[in-house]
Parts: sequence; C-alpha cells; structure tokens
Amino acid sequence: MTSHELPHPIRQTPFFTKGTIVLAILAGLGVAAYLYRMIAGLEASTNLNDQYPWGIWIAIDVATGVALAAGGFTTAALADIFHKERYHVIVRPALLTAMLGYTFVVIGLLADLGRYYNVWHPMLPSMWQGDSVLFEVGICVMIYLTVLYIEFLPIVVERFKGRVNLPGILGIFNDLIESFLTIADRTLGRFISLFIIAGVVLSCLHQSSLGTLMLIAPTKMHPLWYTSISPLLFLLSAIAVGFPMVMFESILASKSFKLKPETSVLASLARYVPVLLGVYCAIKVVDLAMRDAWGYVFDGSFESIMWLIEMVGGILIPMILLSSEKFRNSVRWLFVSSALVIVLGVALNRINVFLVAYTPLYPDGVYIPSIFEVMVTVGLISGLVLVYRLLVMNFPIISGEESGPDRGRRLTKTPIAQEVRQGN
Amino acid sequence: MAINRRNFFKLAAAGSTALAVGKAHADDSGLTVDCSDNYGVLVDTAVCIGCRRCELACDQEHTKSGRPPESFDDKSVYEKHRRPNKDAFTVVNEFADPAKPDDKYTMKVQCMHCNDPACASACLVGALRKDAAGPVVYEEWRCIGCRYCMVACPFQIPTYEYDKALEPRVRKCTFCYERITEEGQMPACVAICPNEALTFGTRQRLLEVAHYRIKSHPERYVDHVYGEKEAGGTSWMYLAPAEFAHTELPRLDHSAIPTLTETIQHGIFKSFLPPLALYGLLGLIMHSTREKKDRSEESSNHD
Ligand code: SF4
Ligand code: SF4
Repeated sequence: MTSHELPHPIRQTPFFTKGTIVLAILAGLGVAAYLYRMIAGLEASTNLNDQYPWGIWIAIDVATGVALAAGGFTTAALADIFHKERYHVIVRPALLTAMLGYTFVVIGLLADLGRYYNVWHPMLPSMWQGDSVLFEVGICVMIYLTVLYIEFLPIVVERFKGRVNLPGILGIFNDLIESFLTIADRTLGRFISLFIIAGVVLSCLHQSSLGTLMLIAPTKMHPLWYTSISPLLFLLSAIAVGFPMVMFESILASKSFKLKPETSVLASLARYVPVLLGVYCAIKVVDLAMRDAWGYVFDGSFESIMWLIEMVGGILIPMILLSSEKFRNSVRWLFVSSALVIVLGVALNRINVFLVAYTPLYPDGVYIPSIFEVMVTVGLISGLVLVYRLLVMNFPIISGEESGPDRGRRLTKTPIAQEVRQGN
Repeated sequence: MAINRRNFFKLAAAGSTALAVGKAHADDSGLTVDCSDNYGVLVDTAVCIGCRRCELACDQEHTKSGRPPESFDDKSVYEKHRRPNKDAFTVVNEFADPAKPDDKYTMKVQCMHCNDPACASACLVGALRKDAAGPVVYEEWRCIGCRYCMVACPFQIPTYEYDKALEPRVRKCTFCYERITEEGQMPACVAICPNEALTFGTRQRLLEVAHYRIKSHPERYVDHVYGEKEAGGTSWMYLAPAEFAHTELPRLDHSAIPTLTETIQHGIFKSFLPPLALYGLLGLIMHSTREKKDRSEESSNHD
C-alpha cells in the first residue's frame, strides 16, 4: 500500500448531485413499495401465485445480489491469502460492496418471505434440516454477513479510535465505545486472518449451493440450465464476476468522485478475467455436450435466445475484449466489458436459472413482475449505491487520489514502479 | 468480538453434526425408507362417479371456505381444469382418452404424500415432514414462508395464502393427520365417498388390492398403478381406465425427487470435511505466501 495514498474518506465532492437525487427518489419509491408489501401482503403487491412461487425478489435481489457481492471474497483471496500486495487498494471497496450487497440481499429477502419475522428460525438447532439446500445457503449467508461486518470493523476503528465524540446526551457512551474500539483494535489484528479465510470458505459454500437450489425441481427446469454441475457453474461464475464487479465500481467511483482511475491496478486485475471466464465457459459447453443438450441451443425458443445472450454477450465477448492488452488498458473498454460480464454473464444467468428456466406444471399465464416488485428491486439497488457513497465519503475505503490539476501528475508512475519492485 | 468468534465455531461444529446425520440415500432406487406399512389411499378413477362429495367433505373438515354444500353438486366445473388451492385441498377433474373422447372419467387430486417428499427435503426449517404413519404434515409455527417447498413439489401441490399480510400459511392436503393417527378414523374424503372409489389402508395392502383389480379386470384398467414407483413412490396411488398421460398427473421417473440435491449436499458436507480442508488449504497458502512476501520485503529493504 506504500506507494498509493492510504485509504481516506472522500470529502471533496458533495453528497447530492443530479445522479444521487435521482437515486434517492428511486430509493424512496422502493421504501414506499416495501412498506406497501408489508402492510398489504404479497398478493396485493406481487404477481406471485401458486404456480410461480418465486419472482424477481429471489432471482435478482437474492440470487444475483449474492453473486455480484462475490468481489469481496475473490479480492480478499487474491490480496490477503495469495498476498498479491498491489491489489490491496481494492480490498476495502470490494469488502464494502460485499458487506452492503449481503445486507441488501437480506433486506430484499425479508420482503419475499411470507413470515419474514421468522427469518431467524434457521439459527435454532431444533429447526435445522440438513437435507435442505436452502438451509445451508441461509446459515452460510448469516455467518458470512457477520464475518463481513467483523472484517469491516478495522475500518471503523481506524476512523473513530481516539475520536469518538457523540453529540449531546449520547456523549455518556463515548468512553464505552472508545474502549470497545480499543479492544477491537487489539484483538482484531490477531484474528482477522481467521475471518478472512472463513469468509472465502463460506462464500464458496453458499455461492455453489445457490446453484443447487433449483436442482430439486427436475421436471420444471429447462434442460439448458438443469445440470448436476450447476453448483460448480454458480461458483465459477461468481468467481469470474468478482473482479469485473470491482473494476466496474472502481471506475464508477473515480468518475463520480473525480479521482484518478486506478487503471494500472484494474488492467492487471483484468488479466485474470478471461481466464476465469474461459474456465466457466469451457465447463458449461462441455457439460452441455455431455448431456446432449446442444439441440436446445438452436431451437429458437425464448429460452434458447436467453441462453445465447448469456453465453455470447456475457461471456464470449468480454472474454475476447479483456484478452487484448489494448482493451485492458482503456478505462472505457474495461468498463464496457466488466458491465457485460455483470449484467449479461451473471445477472442474466441467475434470472435465467430462477425464472426463465422454470416452467410450472400447470401454468395459467406467465409471471411478469408487478410494479411494486420492480420498485422494491430498483429501490434496493439505488439505496445500496447511496449507502455506498455515504460510507465512502465518511470512512477510509478508497485510496485514489483526486485528479485535481496540481495532484494528478505525480500519481501515474507509482503503481508500475511498485510492480517492478515487487517483481510481479 | 471474542464471543462472536466463539459462537461462530460453536455453530460451525454443531452444524457439522446436524448436517452429517441427515439421511443418506442408501441405493440407486431412490427409495430411502420402507413405506409399506404407511397409510395410503388408492384412488380408483374407473369407479369414481365425479360426485365431488370428497371436495365437500374436505372443505368442511379443513378449509371451511363457506361455500354452500349445494355448490359442490355443480358439474359444470368440469368444463375447466381446476387445481387445488388455499381454499380447496382436493379437486375433481374430468378426463378422457383422446381416442375415446366419450368415455369420460373423473379423478380427484391432492397431495400425494410422497415416500420421499421433495417439499420436506426442501424445507429449511423442517416445517414439512413425512410422518411415520404416512402423511406429510406441515407445522406452520416453524415456517418462514420462503415457498421453496412449492418450487420443489413435483406435483405442484403446496399452495400459499398470498392474501395474508401476517401469518400466511402453506396450504395442502393433510391426509387428515389427526383423524387417522389419533382418532382412528378414515380421512374425511374416503369416509364420504359413496362409490368406494377411495380405499384407505397400508401402502402394501393397497398395492395388493390395486394389482388384484388390474388382474381381474384387465379390460377396465391400464396395467399401471400410478404412485407405486413414481418419484420414489407415494402414499396416494391411482388406478385409471386409460394411460395416465391423459390425466393431469405428471410423467415422472422412479427416482425420488430430492436424490440429486441431497447427494450434492451430503457430499459437500461429509462431516464438514471438505469445507475444513478448504479452510486448511487456504490457511497454508496464506502462511506460505506471507513468508515469501516478508522475505522479498526484507531483501528489498536491503537493496
Ligand atoms: S405431493 Fe408435493 S406436497 Fe405432497 S408430499 Fe409430495 S412433494 Fe410434498
Ligand atoms: S414455505 Fe414454509 S414449509 Fe415451505 S419450504 Fe419454506 S419454510 Fe418450509
């Protein structure tokens, strides 16, 4: 981290801009729709029914949300476990994404659960049901969310230690919080690696198990996605989308905070992406061949078109783009290709598995999400971006330098200098 | 902090035992348990006269929808295919072999009370379970309302009270659990059936009856007891005058529906070994790369 600036709160930009105001409105609409769902129930607020028990709240808010939060564990593995030091600058942003991502996954899930107030039941040993894939997903997500908050603690400590100063009456807690931070500071350093590894293991477990979920409905699933290696595919695609997600966000953040984009770090991070995508793609294709399912690819059905978009737009094209050094060194192409992987390669894949591939036995019509479902989903995404911005502006997370007229120049060379020194 | 960590490991350790004791699929047949002395019901659609008394009895016993009894005499409902819902755990539909469109026959559907139920395997809090007596029962106080059971059921049986903002329930046929286990009675629908189209008994006995009927009246039945093998076998089974493909019962192979997911789950969690192994491996990598880094940092300091 030496040659980069240390992570610091980004304060130069105002919180509210045109963009954030739009996001705030969307988030507000989301809150309204969310409340409506809580008061009026699922029938009034969603288009779910006995034939389609799961909709976009599961496919997007939960399944896609978890996949896109994978950057947290892949980056932690790269920087903290494999000790590729130069990637330390992206560990904190990735951790924040994961922490917020999972938090919003849980908020989204609560909207979908009929008895959201029972969401803690899987924690009771008397309720455990080890045959259930969903049980494993639930337990892993709960523990992982805790691990993420613990991993985030050092950032809070760094920000507030010795500086706790609550306003007014709350001031009586100052000492208490201060001593908590001191204890945390002392213990965390020693144990944090245990949590980092645990986070990676837990992620591997539930990322793959999400892919096992739909395997319990063999007669309702389209053969393009029904494969016994679906858990492996989910894990591989989560790993493959982790870095693109970090790239995407980093570029967005540097645009919106007017920071110098970390092009050199991102470009070398991008080298991994075609490899990871390639493995995912190859296994997907071989699996299809072994199951003799190629016929479904070209039968012109809605499912086949969705599958092709996912494969070509979300995997092949970004794979080709990021294989070329020229594209990797361009912020614009990094952005485009990572967006393709995120939106078409992984988000669309999750939507395909959970919605498109699912055909109930006695459908009367198809499931189209209701306006409230869309409002909640859009609201959650907007809310996540806003909270991300708020935290980045108040906690030491991003290490980028402002690309102001007098400061921009001295940065460009340093990462490469460091790279040379470390012999990477 | 320290407490958090301890809890985590306690949970992990306890989790490993819970997952390890989950039932294992002993053989390839998909059948995990011997259900021959479970209770079941044989539905003989060749004998069913489509009077809908079973619907009425079920409504009075369970759903109490408030529909007047006469409304159950209405045969015009057969014009449209119906499915069970939160207000009707069983419904009767009319079918015909397309080759003999005039030979209509009627068939009631409800939960099949599978031997190895997908719904129960799916439920993360054990709110659905196969009782030793045969019924697959639902304990609503456990349920979190995730509706994964509805995704899982190969017969598309569980339905949901979407209209309720609080305490919505999964709704499906209970096999009159209390009546048959505690009160020693037959299910309400079986008891009311005027033509004895429904036979209540142990699964083994019902299979004998079913095969006997097919043998003695081969002109009346197809040689197929639906539910004997489908999806690993079910407590409710069917006889029909024509291929089941003409009815709404889905074509299923003989393996139990949860076989694949449970095999994967138990494979990953074999006494928690694979995750622990991964943990150890990552720990090793972390350790060794850190040493390398320290050394390289030292050497760069020396430069
Ligand atoms: S028919 Fe469906 S709801 Fe009934 S026991 Fe089988 S899987 Fe469960
Ligand atoms: S909806 Fe209830 S019964 Fe069904 S799987 Fe979820 S928790 Fe279990």
